[in-house]
Amino acid sequence: MNAIAAFASGLVFGLGLILAGMTDPGKVIGFLDLAGNWDPSLAFVMGGAIAVGLVAFTFAKRRTVNLLGGAMHLPKTSHIDRRLVLGSLAFGIGWGLAGFCPGPALVSLGAGQEQAGVFTVAMLAGILIYVVAERLSRRPTKHAA
Amino acid sequence: MTIDWTHFTPWTSLAGGVLIGIAAALFVLLNGRIAGISGILGGLLNGRREDASWRAAFIAGLLVAPSLWLLVAPAVHPRIDASTGMLLVAGLVVGIGTSYGSGCTSGHGVCGLSRLSPRSLVATLVFMGAGFVTVYFARHVLA
Repeated sequence: MNAIAAFASGLVFGLGLILAGMTDPGKVIGFLDLAGNWDPSLAFVMGGAIAVGLVAFTFAKRRTVNLLGGAMHLPKTSHIDRRLVLGSLAFGIGWGLAGFCPGPALVSLGAGQEQAGVFTVAMLAGILIYVVAERLSRRPTKHAA
Repeated sequence: MTIDWTHFTPWTSLAGGVLIGIAAALFVLLNGRIAGISGILGGLLNGRREDASWRAAFIAGLLVAPSLWLLVAPAVHPRIDASTGMLLVAGLVVGIGTSYGSGCTSGHGVCGLSRLSPRSLVATLVFMGAGFVTVYFARHVLA
């Protein structure tokens, strides 16, 4: 049941990204290009999504179980640290370079878009590099100085 | 700054945003989770098995969406200027950055701001700012 609900959410999310214009990197870069010929559309995407999200999360925050009877898994981290800022900085640079962020890249890959495939392979490699680096840094060293 | 009236699509973008919001609402109310794409993807790659099914199902939904779209609407023709090399660099940086910063446009931008999370507000301001500056350099300084 969880998987069916997740599939439906992913499907609606993907349709929303296509309708919004997020799967067109030219449109994304048009929004990020404040000094050029600016396309403000993506501000409307955020506005529409957050308007619905505000209602849903206000309701969700009050619940201890989800509507399928399982646990709520809302983030508990609230501190603002170097990781958050540096990671978001790197993400923003990559987003500006290609005009793809993770969701639209996957949707475009699903549409058989080759460049999105290239981007996604590199993105998965980036995630794996992070996973490996985290594991290495957490492993206790034998020769601690 | 001038406004690009030819590409400006306030209504379809607003409607698309509402759909994205509905998807995030469905996910948090039914699954109790944040619809953050980079986080969902990251959890599939970190080797833990227990959550793999719903994560894979959400990703499958994203991948199937264009096929469903084509049943009712014409194909979208994306404008992609980035070279293969640039796509590889950008993808790598996005993969590392979203993992390190624990989120992307969906997790921090849509869900985090909807939760009124100060942490996500900072993340969103930083990646938006970095995006603006990057495009400024790419289009107006280096080009």
